[in-house]
Amino acid sequence: MLKIRNLKAKVGSNEILHGINLDVKAGEVHAIMGPNGSGKSTFAQVLAGRDTYEVTGGEATYEGKDLLAMSPEERAREGIFMAFQYPVEIPGVSNTYFLRSALNAMRKHRGLPEYDAMDFLARVREKVKLLDMDEALLNRSVNEGFSGGEKKRNEIFQMAVLEPKLAILDETDSGLDIDALKIVASGVNALRSPERGIIVVTHYQRLLNYIVPDFVHVLYNGRIVKSGGKELALELEEKGYGWLEESVPAGQTA
Amino acid sequence: MIAVKEKENEGVYLSSFREVEEKLAHGSPSWLQAIRREAVEVFAERGFPTTKDEEWRFTSVAPIAGKAFKPGRHELTPALRQAILGHAMADLDCPRLVFLNGHYCEELSSAATLPKGVRAGSLGEALRSEGAALEAHLARYADYRDHSFVALNTAFLEDGAFVEIPKGVILEKPLQLLFVSEAGNGLVVSHPRNLILVGRESQATIIETFVGLDSATSAGLKPAATPATTAATEGVYFTNAVTEIAVEEGAHVHYIKVQQESSRSFHYARMQVQQERSSSVTTHSFALGGALIREEVRAVLDGEGAEAVLNGLYVLTGSQHVDNHTLIDHAKPHCGSREFYKGVLDGRSSAVFNGAIKVRQDAQKTDSKQSNKNLLLSEDAIINTKPQLEIYADDVKCTHGATIGHIDSEAIFYLRSRGIALAEARNLLTYAFANDVLGRIQYEPLRQRLDRELFTRLGETGRPEEA
Repeated sequence: MLKIRNLKAKVGSNEILHGINLDVKAGEVHAIMGPNGSGKSTFAQVLAGRDTYEVTGGEATYEGKDLLAMSPEERAREGIFMAFQYPVEIPGVSNTYFLRSALNAMRKHRGLPEYDAMDFLARVREKVKLLDMDEALLNRSVNEGFSGGEKKRNEIFQMAVLEPKLAILDETDSGLDIDALKIVASGVNALRSPERGIIVVTHYQRLLNYIVPDFVHVLYNGRIVKSGGKELALELEEKGYGWLEESVPAGQTA
Repeated sequence: MIAVKEKENEGVYLSSFREVEEKLAHGSPSWLQAIRREAVEVFAERGFPTTKDEEWRFTSVAPIAGKAFKPGRHELTPALRQAILGHAMADLDCPRLVFLNGHYCEELSSAATLPKGVRAGSLGEALRSEGAALEAHLARYADYRDHSFVALNTAFLEDGAFVEIPKGVILEKPLQLLFVSEAGNGLVVSHPRNLILVGRESQATIIETFVGLDSATSAGLKPAATPATTAATEGVYFTNAVTEIAVEEGAHVHYIKVQQESSRSFHYARMQVQQERSSSVTTHSFALGGALIREEVRAVLDGEGAEAVLNGLYVLTGSQHVDNHTLIDHAKPHCGSREFYKGVLDGRSSAVFNGAIKVRQDAQKTDSKQSNKNLLLSEDAIINTKPQLEIYADDVKCTHGATIGHIDSEAIFYLRSRGIALAEARNLLTYAFANDVLGRIQYEPLRQRLDRELFTRLGETGRPEEA
C-alpha cells in the first residue's frame, strides 16, 4: 500500500533524509528504529504532509497515488493517520467536536452520511473503553492540560475511532509507564488486520514486546541501514545504537 | 490652521444645541438644564480630541468631527417596525426596552414581566415626571468636564433608559436595552443616555445592544457590503452613548454590551460603573460592527470588598477600527478586579486596547489582573495594546499581560492531519480563541446568538454545534 523510493527531505538548508526506501503492504507492521537525530520523526511527519519539511527528491506512492502531491487533509481522508510524538494542545476546541469533525470529513470523502452527535457518541463509547480512558476527557479541550500519558492515549483513541488504513505511530511509547504502554499497545493491536498497514517509529525496543512487528528497519543518519525481522530489535537493544557506527560502512554515515 | 477647521466641526453641534435648547429645557428640571449648558461649554472649549491627545493617539475621530450630523427621526413606520422585530437581537426571550435613534419606543418595549418595584422605561419620561429623584445620580458618575464625547452626550441628554432595581430584588431574566439606529439618507446622530440604579443586595443582568438597520443588517448578520452606487452619506450615522450604572452595597450585576452597528457607522460609548462595598459587577463588551468605534468602560470600586470583572471581545474585518479604553479605579482597600479582553483582527482592520488600572493610596490589598490577547489573521491588521498602571498604594497585587499572535501552524497541521480542511481548521482555531469570552455569558439565548454571529463573521464552514 505504501511504496517509498529514495525519499529525501530537508528542513531549512539541513538535509535530514538522505534517500529512504520502504515498502509496506497491507497487514504488515513495520518498526522503524533509530537513535536521536536519525530522522525518524522527520520521516513520520513527511509521510503525514508536514510542510516544515521540504521533500527534495524521491517518490512515495500510497495505494497507487502520488502521496507527496496530496495535502495533509487529503492524506488523512485517504486513510493515513499519524499519532503525534508531541500532540498539540488546542484550547477552546472540545475533543468530541474535533474528533467528530475529523470523522465526518472522512465519511464525507467516502460518500457516507455524516454522524450527528448521538451516533458519534455511541461509536466512541466502545473505543473509550478500549483505551481505558476517562470519558470526561472527551468534553475537555483537545489535549489541554492532559498528562503526557493521556495525550498519547488520546492519539491512539483517535486512531481507534478513525480506523485508518495506514497508521504511523511516532514515538508513541516515549514517556509512557508500563501500564499505559500496555493499554496503548493493546489499542494498536486491536487495530491490526489484513487490510491495515502500521508503521511504528520508536527509539526503544520495549514497545515491540507488546506490538510485535513483522519487520524492523534501522534508520541512521537519514537512511535505512539495516532491515530484518523482529529479532533485529532485540539485537539493537542488546548492542545499543553504538553498534551501528561500527557495522555501517563509513560512506553511509555521512 | 487646524484649530479653525475644528471650530467649524464643533460649530454644527453648538448651533444644533441652540436650536434644541429650549425644547430640551421644556419639562426638564432646572439642575439638568444647568448641567447641559455646562456640558456644551466644555465641548465648545475642548472640541473633538485629536491624535495629539495621548488618550486618542491611535484613534483619529476626524471622520466623525468632519461630518455635520443631525438628530434623526424617531417615528415608528410599519417597515421599521418589521425590520426591528425581525432582527436577531430582538428575539432574546426577555423583557426589553427599545429605542429608535436614541428615543424610547414604547410600542416595541415590553417590561411588564419585570418583578414588582422594578422600574424600567424612558429616562426622558422619568425626568419629566420626577426629575428631582434623579439629581443625585444623573451625570454624577460619568464626568463630562474632562471628556469631549461625554460632554456632547450630556449637552444633548434627552432620552435613553432609566432602570431602577430596588433593594433585594433578583431579576430572573435579563433586561434588554435595544438601541436601533436607522439613518436612511444618513448623517444622523443620537445621544442615548442610560441610568441604571441597582439597589442593595439586588441581582440583575442587563443586555445593552446597539444595532444598525441597513439592507443587510436588518437580518442581524454580516455587516453590509457597500455597493459603489450608494450615496456617500447613505447609512452613515453616529451613536454617542453614555451609560451610568450605580451599584449599591452587596448587589450583583452583569452588564453585557453588544455593539453591532452598521458597517458605515461611528460609535462612541462610555459605560461608567460606580460600585459600593461588597458589590460585584461583570461587564462584557462585544464590539462587532461599525466603521470607527470607541468603547470606554470605567469602573470605580468605591467600597471595600467590591469586585469588578471586565470582559471584552472585538472581532474586526475590512477596515474597521475599534478602540477599547478601560479604566478600573481602585478607590478603596480589599477590592479585586479582573480584565480579559480578546481581539481577532482580519483584513486591514485595526484596534487599540488601553487598559488603565488606578490604585489609590488608600486602596491597600488591591488584587488586580489584566490580560489582552490578540489574534491577527492578516499581515495588514494592526493592534496597539498598552497596560497603564498608576499605583499609589504599597501593598497591592497587580499583574498584566498582552499577547499578539498568529494562528498556530502546529495546531493547523494537527487538525489537517485528521482530515479537517485548511480553511475550516483556521476558522475552528479562530473561533476557539474567541469562544472563551463568549463562554463567560451566562444567558444562553444571547450566548447562542453571538456564537452564531461570530461564526457568520468567520465564514460559514466549521461551525461547531454543542456536542
